[in-house]
Amino acid sequence: VSDRRRVPRYQRPLASRERPRAPVAELVVDPVACAGHGLCAELFPERIVLDDWGYPIVDSSIPPSLAEHAERAVKACPALALRLRPPR
Amino acid sequence: LSRLLAGLTRDGPVDLDRHLAAHGVLPELGEGLIAEVERSGLRGRGGAAFPAAVKLNVVAAGDGPVVVVNGVEGEPMSAKDRSLLTRTPHLVLDGAIAAADAVGARSVTIAAPEYTHPAVAGALRQRPEVRRRRERVRVTLTASASGYVAGEETAVLAHLEGRPAKPRVVPPLPAQSGFRRRPTLVQNVETLAHMALIARHGAGWFRERGTDERPGTMLVTISGAVRSPGVYETAPGVDAAELVARAGGQVEPIRALLVGGYFGAWVVPGADLEFDEAALRPHGASLGAGVVVALGVSSCPVAETARLAAYMAASTAGQCGPCVNGLGALAGVVERYAGGRVVAGDPENLKRWIDMVRGRGACRHPDGVARMLASAVRVFAKEFDEHGRRGPCRACARPTILSLPTQRSRRAAA
Repeated sequence: VSDRRRVPRYQRPLASRERPRAPVAELVVDPVACAGHGLCAELFPERIVLDDWGYPIVDSSIPPSLAEHAERAVKACPALALRLRPPR
Repeated sequence: LSRLLAGLTRDGPVDLDRHLAAHGVLPELGEGLIAEVERSGLRGRGGAAFPAAVKLNVVAAGDGPVVVVNGVEGEPMSAKDRSLLTRTPHLVLDGAIAAADAVGARSVTIAAPEYTHPAVAGALRQRPEVRRRRERVRVTLTASASGYVAGEETAVLAHLEGRPAKPRVVPPLPAQSGFRRRPTLVQNVETLAHMALIARHGAGWFRERGTDERPGTMLVTISGAVRSPGVYETAPGVDAAELVARAGGQVEPIRALLVGGYFGAWVVPGADLEFDEAALRPHGASLGAGVVVALGVSSCPVAETARLAAYMAASTAGQCGPCVNGLGALAGVVERYAGGRVVAGDPENLKRWIDMVRGRGACRHPDGVARMLASAVRVFAKEFDEHGRRGPCRACARPTILSLPTQRSRRAAA
């Protein structure tokens, strides 16, 4: 650990520079609006899988590294049923 | 033990004179009622057990609040709310008016099935002041929609606004933005009746009964294999055996109790099962709206569960994919178990789909069905297995203990 401290910050690998942080956003689906198109699961398989009937099961906590993917899924939803909101 | 049910006549509603003789005059506490309710620990009696004072506080903080009395009671095995409305309507009115005063609301709307209206309207006629337009609090009576989910509070509000009685996604909570976007206190009939008594006798008196977690008395609707099915007043912490005794005792040995209604859980009553939140929790059950159905040994638990699952699947508001598809699929599997026509994948799918539908709806309908089915699979594992392998048992042909409103009777009631 003491050795690592001497390595300049910009030379450290990207992952270790990122301190463990609280999720930046919460991904939620409006179950009434959702019509089961399934695009979200296709675009964002890291956090969304489809159930046996084609409706999304969402893991809501979105870390900074996945924020961009989450936003893409939100924008692609034809039913406007997917939403990103600040974590509670 | 009679608090809510004190002064009841043999039949018909208690009139104003008799009501005042039994309970005394309602003191005007104004917003002081909120602190008293907070100390009493009263929780909502519609099933969700939400702390009543929290709702009161949120609504009181908003602009132009209104009060909605929820007497819809969509649960087919519950009769307590209609009993209060038809037998002791003045107590409910007292509670509603006291709550309106507490939060600063000038309008109270009672949403209840039409057949309760003669009793409630009669009580309103005896109190002309609450119908006058310029009075402090004005009370109106409206016919509610029927169906299992119609009693869910956002569904009640949707119906009052002239839309189909279907739940919506929360937040915003009705207490923040409810009827016509106004802060709305939606409170169950029994909850308000308790408030009427808390206003009179105080929080300390209220807590003399019940448990710390669930203070006060509660109304329980008991049916099934008991001699005198009906609504009884008891207190959380009572023995299951004592509860059955209150209802005239059992007509045959009891195999299991459905606790909490169609939304509840099957529980095999041990020697000393207490009817209390803490004691029921390990069984996956809760007091809910105080519904208990006793399943006798001559009834078939698999057939009953299959009918229940089919009814609950048909009762979906039809808004959320996982509820519509998941409950339908689950009802199909249980139906195949009951008929001995289990196909490959059914045993696994039954467990998987129970988990899959939980928390996936706008309201808690799928969660309630998942809870009921999970308890059935756990408590009646042997019976499910036998039906799956050998087909219907002799008890399967017996008439059902559960009352399932048909589409026709529901439409007639609407």
